[in-house]
Amino acid sequence: MLIDWFTVAAQALNFLILVWLMKRYLYQPILHAIDARERRIADELADADKKKAEAKQERDDFEQKNAELDKQRASLLSKATEEAADERQRLIKAARKDADELSEKRATALQREQKTLHDEITSLAKQEVFAIARKTLSDLAGASLEERMSSVFAQRMRELDDETKSSLGEVLSSAPAVVRSAFDLPAEQRELIQKAINETFSADIKLSFETTPDLVSGIELSAGGQKVAWSIADYLASLEESVEELIKA
Amino acid sequence: MRLSPDQLIYWQHGFFKLNATIVFTWMVILILIVGAKLITRNLTTEHKRSRWQNLLEIVVMAIVSQIKDVGLRNPKTYLSFLGTLFLFVAMSALCTIIPGYDPPTGSLSTTAALAICVLVAVPMFGIMDQGMKGYLKTYIEPTFIMLPFNLISEVSRTLALAVRLFGNMMSGAMIIGILLTITPFIFPIVMTLLGLLTGMVQAYIFSILAAVYIAAAVRTREPKLAPSTP
Repeated sequence: MLIDWFTVAAQALNFLILVWLMKRYLYQPILHAIDARERRIADELADADKKKAEAKQERDDFEQKNAELDKQRASLLSKATEEAADERQRLIKAARKDADELSEKRATALQREQKTLHDEITSLAKQEVFAIARKTLSDLAGASLEERMSSVFAQRMRELDDETKSSLGEVLSSAPAVVRSAFDLPAEQRELIQKAINETFSADIKLSFETTPDLVSGIELSAGGQKVAWSIADYLASLEESVEELIKA
Repeated sequence: MRLSPDQLIYWQHGFFKLNATIVFTWMVILILIVGAKLITRNLTTEHKRSRWQNLLEIVVMAIVSQIKDVGLRNPKTYLSFLGTLFLFVAMSALCTIIPGYDPPTGSLSTTAALAICVLVAVPMFGIMDQGMKGYLKTYIEPTFIMLPFNLISEVSRTLALAVRLFGNMMSGAMIIGILLTITPFIFPIVMTLLGLLTGMVQAYIFSILAAVYIAAAVRTREPKLAPSTP
């Protein structure tokens, strides 16, 4: 007989005990260990994912901040450039203004200098002309300048145009007439002038003679706000014109 | 000639006896349990683990994946029973390299005991899964005429399980015994190697068949679910 029933029962029992023991000592611990490890790996992966996400977040933040910084820097730079340009414009304007002022001042100074020079020249020329005239007249005519001047004045009086003559005649008849000269007129010359005036206006006009050194080498007749004059200033005027032209050139 | 280790009796008291089958079974149990205990004593959940732990994890996960491949939905429920079947039969075969050892699976009593365990376990898992009524109903499907055939199939496959394993293991031991008397050198070693291979294959076949039977008992509910789904 190949089958021993006691052995069968004992082996079945043995097997069931083995099943229980194996479950207790092998399968459960191993499965638990595997499950725990899988859980742990899953946790670690989740953790890694979380860290990755955090790192990504941080990187994004950093990049955003960087971009903001760049923007800020660019705006600052453009602002600085603008300000520098403005400052430049302002400085140029100020410099231009200064230069204008300076050139204006210089022009004024030049003008003043010119005027001074002009005055000096005028005065000098007058004196020179006077001296030359006096010398020439005395040399040529053997008469004094005053004498000649008086005769020229008398000549002028005679040669007055009609309009002046009539208007002056009206004034002379009503107001006293004064003859001013830069020097004391000698009696003969006073007489010459008196005679010329009387002849001119065909009346006996009473004249009073005054000496005014301010009058530049000349004689003038004034009455009631009107006057007839001859002086060296007329000649000086033409000299002045030519001198001015010379200076301008 | 001794066909079965049952016949080698060390101690007997009436009905109770202590034969080689039981003794070698204890030995195999001891090796399995002590080995498992030693290895699982220092289990770690770290990424770095001992080689032995790795080996056990591979074995256990391989069994789990095999059970899953057979079609059982929750492999960890059946792991204890099917895994132990495989490990016990495999270890019994592996121990043939120890001189003087007789595989307990070479005894028809042992294989019969294992087959009976399968015979009991199949309806037990079936009832656990779909209830007593649901399981018993599978015997009269598709018609009640099938009931005797189903019952015969239960008994015959149990018998086939027992005899297949016994035949293979016993023949292996027998061939080696015979060869030893004829050619004492080399050939017995080759045959032992072949026996080891046969033992592993038988362990695989035995446990896979048990898994298939259980899957058949558990899975019968699925066709009922099918019509309810559009």
